[in-house]
Amino acid sequence: MQELIVNILLGIVIITAAALLIIIGSRKNGMTKKQKKMMIRILVTSSILLGLQFISAEDFNSFDKYLFPSSGNWIRFACYLLDYFIIGYDILKKAAKGIRNRQVFDENFLMAVATIGAMALAVYENGDYLEAIAVMLFYQIGEWFQGYAVGKSRRNISNLMDIRPDYANVERNGRLEQVDPDEVGIGSVIVVQPGEKVPIDGIIVEGSSSLNTSALTGESLPREANVGDEVISGCISMTGVLKIQTTKEFGESTVSKILDLVENASSRKSKSEDFISKFAKVYTPAVCYSALALALLPPLVRMLFMGLAADWGVWIYRALTFLVISCPCALVISIPLSFFAGIGGASQQGVLVKGSNYLEILSKTKVVVFDKTGTLTQGVFEVNGIHHNEIADAQLIEYAALAESASSHPISKSLLRAYGKEPDRSRVSDIQEISGNGIIAKVDGIEIAAGNDKLMTHLNIPYINCHQTGTIIHMAINGTYAGHIVISDIVKPHSQAAIAALKASGVEKTVMLTGDAKKVANQVASSLGIDEVYSELLPADKVEKVEELLRMKLGKAKLAFVGDGINDAPVLSRADIGVAMGAMGSDAAIEAADIVLMDDDPMKISKAIRISRKCLRIVYQNIVFALVVKFACLILGAFGIANMYLAIFADVGVMILAVLNAIRCLFVKNL
Amino acid sequence: MKKTYKIEVDCANCANLMEDAARKTDGVATATVNFMTQKMIVEFADGHDPKKVMQDVLKACKKVEPDCEIEL
Repeated sequence: MQELIVNILLGIVIITAAALLIIIGSRKNGMTKKQKKMMIRILVTSSILLGLQFISAEDFNSFDKYLFPSSGNWIRFACYLLDYFIIGYDILKKAAKGIRNRQVFDENFLMAVATIGAMALAVYENGDYLEAIAVMLFYQIGEWFQGYAVGKSRRNISNLMDIRPDYANVERNGRLEQVDPDEVGIGSVIVVQPGEKVPIDGIIVEGSSSLNTSALTGESLPREANVGDEVISGCISMTGVLKIQTTKEFGESTVSKILDLVENASSRKSKSEDFISKFAKVYTPAVCYSALALALLPPLVRMLFMGLAADWGVWIYRALTFLVISCPCALVISIPLSFFAGIGGASQQGVLVKGSNYLEILSKTKVVVFDKTGTLTQGVFEVNGIHHNEIADAQLIEYAALAESASSHPISKSLLRAYGKEPDRSRVSDIQEISGNGIIAKVDGIEIAAGNDKLMTHLNIPYINCHQTGTIIHMAINGTYAGHIVISDIVKPHSQAAIAALKASGVEKTVMLTGDAKKVANQVASSLGIDEVYSELLPADKVEKVEELLRMKLGKAKLAFVGDGINDAPVLSRADIGVAMGAMGSDAAIEAADIVLMDDDPMKISKAIRISRKCLRIVYQNIVFALVVKFACLILGAFGIANMYLAIFADVGVMILAVLNAIRCLFVKNL
Repeated sequence: MKKTYKIEVDCANCANLMEDAARKTDGVATATVNFMTQKMIVEFADGHDPKKVMQDVLKACKKVEPDCEIEL
């Protein structure tokens, strides 16, 4: 039965190897030279092995008649030995080198000892050479697959993240020339044609276009850009030709910074990675010594104390099986690969994670602390409502904007923005600014008063208070009340949904910190469904509050602080994990935060948490899966239930499954 | 001083062994091997010449993993 299975497996290996060589080998960059050579060795070995399978030991014994006695056995052995060397010579060489360098416990050594041992047992019993060669063969197949799969996914993930522009167009003597972006100095003008990437940060001096920022933010909606707008490298110009005056060198541009950050992210190792590499260091020697004990102790005990036959062959075989299982590769490979894929997948969604360790912390986040302005709200004051007015909204805004046209107060600016047109200053006369109250002016000869309740009281005009929070501008036309305009910081459209999504993904507490007035803060918090609010805080108070919250949280729960990264760098670094959002182009944020959300959408926070959870889940799955299978095989091997075939499949199979599972970390788009 | 080197290594466990070997080399303050990006980041201790130290690092790495390569 086992013979049949092995034969079928060998057949499959031969067909697959041949197919792989023809299909992938013919492709450019399909296989490296090393991989191709290995595949040919696998093909040759398995073919010879399958051939030898059909010649029985008796067939070889017919040589005895022509040559010296038992020469058949030796010829048979030589055939198998040749095959063994074809597949395993490099392993044997490395093992020998390892011993010379006193690095005994590496996988080469283990495989060499296990297979040589199996060969020796086979010579001794003139039995099954197949096993040793098959184990070596399947081990090499596993190694090949690992190298190929890991190399390939490494390249794929790197390609996904690769937003590096290859060239910049510079106009020289009326002609466009492609130059290395590194060579373009600050202040030079580069040309970006439709469909090209913006290579260097700069300001548009000519042309307009819609920019696709999806490579940076994961956001597919294009952004319009016109003359005078700043553009960030990495965006793709979709519609028009742009001339851009560069403001930074290539190395300092957004694209280079982001690439640097993501590429080096997996160098910051997570606790799970540290655990596994420590574990691997203990595991391999431990299994080797157990194997030695398994080979020596039971036979001795049997011989000396129980008066039974020693059965050396059986116990040595079991010990060799142990050695095959002891390779820690499945564990060691799958964990960094999972993190790498997770970081790669996240960066495609516009979430930059600066290290595997941060991904791990993020997955344990139970408390999320938000900054209000710029994070949950847009940080831009806008006209949010017009109430109790008798004339048309637009008319009222027009009067207000004109009256305030001379002022540079943020409120006046937001009024002008709401008006949307360039104010015709000649229509305004007799402007009186009453400091702290408002403005009285004549527009088209009509007296307009725009200001707060104090101004209305001052003018003895009855006014209606607003139930909404924000800055209220009461308007009076010719001495009669004409309604009021509410100006407030607008909550981002997704903020409420983002808080709900955070709760849904297991965050226990959401907190908002703001320097804003209590009334405004409470209103925003309750409309968004935030649990706790601390208002009227100075920047230093925010750090203190975060420290207080850090002390309050329980056990392993982690605290994340989300800010816009402009003025909250100290808080970002104080929290367990600092998340900066809307950071496209903001160097300070990229530097201070551990996780950077490239666009302004607060929904990305819960997405980042879900990505990290998925990634960590896969990491734990792999750890547990690999350990359980290995230990199960060790126990089965010790009792003689698992043979070497099972052992090699435990090793190679677990590794393949773990690698495939790790790749799942990349698919985070629909989380 | 911190420097990044390109490396070539096939298996993840070997990368860990290289990291260990590099860390133990004289003149190296810390070293990190990133298997996924095939990079080695070495921070040198004060007063050591990176070029000389890296020769030793390469030797030490070759010892633990004969197949590895460090682009110096």
